[in-house]
Amino acid sequence: MDGLARSPGYDVARIREDFPILGKEIRGKKLVFLDSGASAQKPRQVIQAMTRCMEEAYANVHRGAYHLSEVATGAYEAARGAAARFLGTPDAREVVFTRNSTEAINLVARSYGGGVLKPGDAVLTSEMEHHANLVPWQMLRDAEGIELRFIRVTDAGELDMEDYAAKLADGRVKLVAVTHMSNVLGTVTPAQRIARMAHEAGAVVLFDGSQAAVHRHVDVRAIDADFYVFTGHKLYGPTGIGVLYGKLPLLDAMPPMLGGGDMIASVTLERSTWAEVPAKHEAGTPAIVEAVGLHAAIDYVNAIGFPALEAHERALTEHAMARFSAIEGVTVLGRAQDRGGVFSFALDNAHAHDLSTLLDRVGIAVRAGRHCAEPLHARFGMEAGTCRASFGLYTTLGEIDFLADALVEARRFFRV
Amino acid sequence: MIMFDDLRDLYQEVILDHGRKPRNFRRLEDADRSARGDNPMCGDRMELFLKLTPDGAIGDAAFQGRGCAISMASASLMTEVIKGKAPEAAQALGAKFRDLAMTGTCPECGADIADEMERLQPLSGVHEFPSRVKCATLAWHTLNAALAGAKEASSE
Ligand SMILES: Cc1ncc(COP(=O)(O)O)c(C=O)c1O
Repeated sequence: MDGLARSPGYDVARIREDFPILGKEIRGKKLVFLDSGASAQKPRQVIQAMTRCMEEAYANVHRGAYHLSEVATGAYEAARGAAARFLGTPDAREVVFTRNSTEAINLVARSYGGGVLKPGDAVLTSEMEHHANLVPWQMLRDAEGIELRFIRVTDAGELDMEDYAAKLADGRVKLVAVTHMSNVLGTVTPAQRIARMAHEAGAVVLFDGSQAAVHRHVDVRAIDADFYVFTGHKLYGPTGIGVLYGKLPLLDAMPPMLGGGDMIASVTLERSTWAEVPAKHEAGTPAIVEAVGLHAAIDYVNAIGFPALEAHERALTEHAMARFSAIEGVTVLGRAQDRGGVFSFALDNAHAHDLSTLLDRVGIAVRAGRHCAEPLHARFGMEAGTCRASFGLYTTLGEIDFLADALVEARRFFRV
Repeated sequence: MIMFDDLRDLYQEVILDHGRKPRNFRRLEDADRSARGDNPMCGDRMELFLKLTPDGAIGDAAFQGRGCAISMASASLMTEVIKGKAPEAAQALGAKFRDLAMTGTCPECGADIADEMERLQPLSGVHEFPSRVKCATLAWHTLNAALAGAKEASSE
């Protein structure tokens, strides 16, 4: 497996040394971790930054006038700045820290959806969404009398752009919420075009960048996104921290979802006034250590650089598509023109859970099920679920070969 | 060379056979009892139908659904071994089967159910796979629900 560790992008073997867990044996087997789309492994740089924060520079933020609190506040705000630059905005006030993508989307659904949208307005999402970008809108629909519409997905696994235009046509859609990269099909959606069409129809647009921000260079200004969310743990950072990017006037117009400390300007027993954005949307003690970890993760990814990351991923994706398509009995979901390193597949003679139990035996970690996208599996007639292999910056061509060989053997095993 | 031979304990031929061609795989239109079983985590789903005899025993049992080889095989084998049993006896057998699925053995299983346990023995391999035990027990949860007159069972 190691001979194939080089890629057009960078020296993967070198990079793998940064990830302590990749050197470990799991139940006596070398780990072949192909579930980075669910959550990525962490480099030592992230682990150490978080440890250092707790050992040397920890206190609550925005509260103490003593030195240590100032240091911690500085580190927390530096993380915000890093996240802002990572997304392409010069204004760090446009970055709200949340727990994860799910919380970021719920914040928009509740505060923008509940506070700014009116009954009779429509929200447009798609058949391709993770439940995190579907359920909050269903809840908004039920609570506020807002209509919910869905952009159809083509057989190739792309957004049907004609259907998109048609669903915007009556001008009632006020918010479009779509994924920037599918966690099932690997499809990267045409964000810039989606945003332009939304704006022309008088809607704001939110992108679920949970997968895209890991695999593609994102520039919210170039896309002209109104909201953009991602989650730290998929970007080689810690759990417990996510990002909501929002254009300043929109974040300003949104009422806070949670009330409490850190989000107020003044409080009397009768009433309170809100702090400025972004503090207004960050009630309570935030995930300080996790923010520091996310900062280290962003630095780590930037040090490799997106041109190299994208080249590496392209090599993996092309190789995987070629190998998996050549195996008899394997169906890969999604053939989008623009797709990244996420492959959901089914074997003709084995259920996804049986297959993943086999793969686990030889050290391969893949996800089995419907990957929090039940409607999409139904759309492709895969109600029973699929297995999903998803790649990270440490994935090697050799690991893809190993999976492909295992699939051939698994099919033989279930044939009896 | 990748080999899965050590997984033959879990996927014995009986399991693959019942998984692929489940017995009693049909609706009972005149069922006296039925219940749905759902394993939301994996998407396994089944509906169990029971026809009772005048004295209350399980006269016929059948199921429909979809799921992994283990859940389908377990449901298939269950419908075979519970036929003719009184509800209490079928539930008691289910409790023993759960022991088998969780530990791989059933030291307390008496001679009275020796035949049934032998039929179910091929499923004992799941005890080594904690995340798969619920695949094997879903059918029996569904049986309990059906006998209790409930409509839904979940193995979560
Ligand atoms: C496309 C997509 N959206 C949203 C999420 C939710 O992320 P989180 O669970 O970190 O909120 C995920 C990952 O699970 C995802 O892949």
